[in-house]
Amino acid sequence: MEPIVEHSGGVIGASWLMIAFPLASAAILLLGGRRTNAWGHLLGVFAPVASFVVAVMCFLQPSGRYDVGLYDFIPGVAKVGLLIDPLSITFALLITGVGSLIHIYSIGYMAHDPERRRFFAYLNLFVAAMLLLVLADNYLVLFLGWEGVGLASYLLIGFWQFKPTAATAAKKAFVVNRVGDFGFLVGLFTIFATFGTFAFGPVFDNAAKASNGTLTAIGIMLLIGACGKSAQLPLQSWLLDAMEGPTPVSALIHAATMVTAGVYLVVRSGAAFFPEGATASLIVTIVGVATLLAGAIIGTAKDDIKKALAGSTMSQIGYMMLAAGLGPAGYAFAIAHLLTHGFFKADLFLGAGSVMHAMKDEVNMRRYGALRALMPVTFITFFIGYLAIIGFPLLSGYFTKDGIIETAMDSNAILGWLAVIGAGITGFYMSRVVFMTFFGSKRWADDVHPHESPSVMTWPLIILSIGSIFLGGYLILSNRLMVYLGPAVGLPEALPQFHPFSPTGLATLALVALGAAIAWVRYGSAEVPQVAPRGSFLTTFARRDLYGDALNEALLMRPGQWLTRLAVWFDNKGVDGVVNGLAAGIGGSSGRLRRIQTGFVRSYALSIFVGAAVLVGAWYVVGNL
Amino acid sequence: MTTHYLVLSALLFAIGGVGVLVRRNAIVVFMCVELMLNACNLAFVTFARQHGNLDGQVIAFFVMIVAAAEVVVGLAIIVTIFRTRRSASVDDANLLKY
Repeated sequence: MEPIVEHSGGVIGASWLMIAFPLASAAILLLGGRRTNAWGHLLGVFAPVASFVVAVMCFLQPSGRYDVGLYDFIPGVAKVGLLIDPLSITFALLITGVGSLIHIYSIGYMAHDPERRRFFAYLNLFVAAMLLLVLADNYLVLFLGWEGVGLASYLLIGFWQFKPTAATAAKKAFVVNRVGDFGFLVGLFTIFATFGTFAFGPVFDNAAKASNGTLTAIGIMLLIGACGKSAQLPLQSWLLDAMEGPTPVSALIHAATMVTAGVYLVVRSGAAFFPEGATASLIVTIVGVATLLAGAIIGTAKDDIKKALAGSTMSQIGYMMLAAGLGPAGYAFAIAHLLTHGFFKADLFLGAGSVMHAMKDEVNMRRYGALRALMPVTFITFFIGYLAIIGFPLLSGYFTKDGIIETAMDSNAILGWLAVIGAGITGFYMSRVVFMTFFGSKRWADDVHPHESPSVMTWPLIILSIGSIFLGGYLILSNRLMVYLGPAVGLPEALPQFHPFSPTGLATLALVALGAAIAWVRYGSAEVPQVAPRGSFLTTFARRDLYGDALNEALLMRPGQWLTRLAVWFDNKGVDGVVNGLAAGIGGSSGRLRRIQTGFVRSYALSIFVGAAVLVGAWYVVGNL
Repeated sequence: MTTHYLVLSALLFAIGGVGVLVRRNAIVVFMCVELMLNACNLAFVTFARQHGNLDGQVIAFFVMIVAAAEVVVGLAIIVTIFRTRRSASVDDANLLKY
């Protein structure tokens, strides 16, 4: 890894503009109110495009690790600064590039929504926060961006807040993310207590001096934060509900960028807190494998097209986590898969949005069917995204997912085989989505007239699908991404060689083909019932998200409610009882005591005389002792 | 040598105190209070003589001034009560109570 050098001026010094553009746009759109309705979406699109231009200019500068100081936040403790290095630039390009396409797409998708301006303001706010997250040069500012994307995610999931389901989903996402944030915060505190600073440079340099236990504790705490943001087990439950938001949100935030923040955090902190073979890294890989299987299984049973894709997102981020836990050999594959996933998952989500747009916002795939002739552009781009995600040879997913599986296999055969099985399930559920949507017989209602989406929506799809075809090969062949990221995250001892037909790769392809074949038999050639059949216990298990919500309810929500009820009871009966009892006692006794005030002057005089006599007598007695 | 004065002072004070407690007429109660004040004055003057300085005599003057002021206010109140209630009994004026 290269040391981080201070840098100011030039293009790198102006990198803060990347964050400033969308932030300013969000401020103008939110503060300007209805006056900006007419041109709000244009400004909203301009901001991420401008950021993208800045990101490209930074990318074209000589590669290195530059720290751009901006402002002394807490003197001597924390500075606000940006770290411009290959890793952060890679993320910035993904966020602004894919983000811009999704902004353009949203012009068409949200065209009939009266609140389109507010939608763009929130999207811009999200882009600004996400860029702050990945460009921060210390954990404190990273956390600021981290919370910012959480806020934007909350606002956008609940964008149609008049729908109770959307409002609840937004709240759920926020609460579950808070659980993760709590872990992250404890990690931050521990980092500061151990190293006395939040800055990446000093923390990474001094990590070797800290004790193993401290490093593992910090690693696990950061992982909890990453699990919350990236919807990894056991904090996965919010992602499926998050599909209540508008589809571009699902594509941008809950597939392409925000949910990958956890992977970024693990890779960024990797050298210090997740070294190869450490306990924390092992936990990262286990979480990754468990989530990649859980997400894939959930994806197999969902009839809601967006929820099937959400399960798939969980699963793919599970792959990235798995790779991120494997040390420098895995980082490049994690980031490569993250980038290609950003393209093909955004492509799939936007394709799903295009289908929904054509089908009057119907999301149930059992009401689709035979759409390929009516929506040719959407079908072709969606199909390319589908081929990319299942790892069809020579498309993006093939290179990146295969790299992860091979690396996992080298590290631990169990992890590797579980990842292969996950790829097989991916083949099944993604084929199921494609067959139910575009093939078979038409099953939609009579008043629905599917039509191709306007070109402002199809062009982003076309660009994303081109990325889905070529990006993976470009990044992986001759280890381009690994060498590029080397200065930022470190290189493995030996660069991996890409073998087109390794035994593992062939096994993966065979399983994927098997999954696709089963999907064809069940959903392609056979008639799909319009009402979901009851299904076996396993189907129910998958439909109910592996009982994740039931588990949360039984383990956390119900005991939590009991605890609050107990606290309320104790407050009413215990605390209030003591206070009220004391007040009643004083009130009652003073009511009796005031009867002494008879109004007869002579009785007062008598008490004064008796009192004086007692005092004098007592003084006399004491004086004579 | 001053013992007799002090005994007289104590007797006067006791007579005044008993009067305050047992008499009902406000004017008489008032006179008994004055008697107690003057019993005190006698004691002050006696001690002043005994110790050979003027402190006790000065205080006796103060007491007289305060007593005079008190008589002015007190008698006015008693007369006003008598005018409105046709009674000067302290037991009849007992409305200021719980």
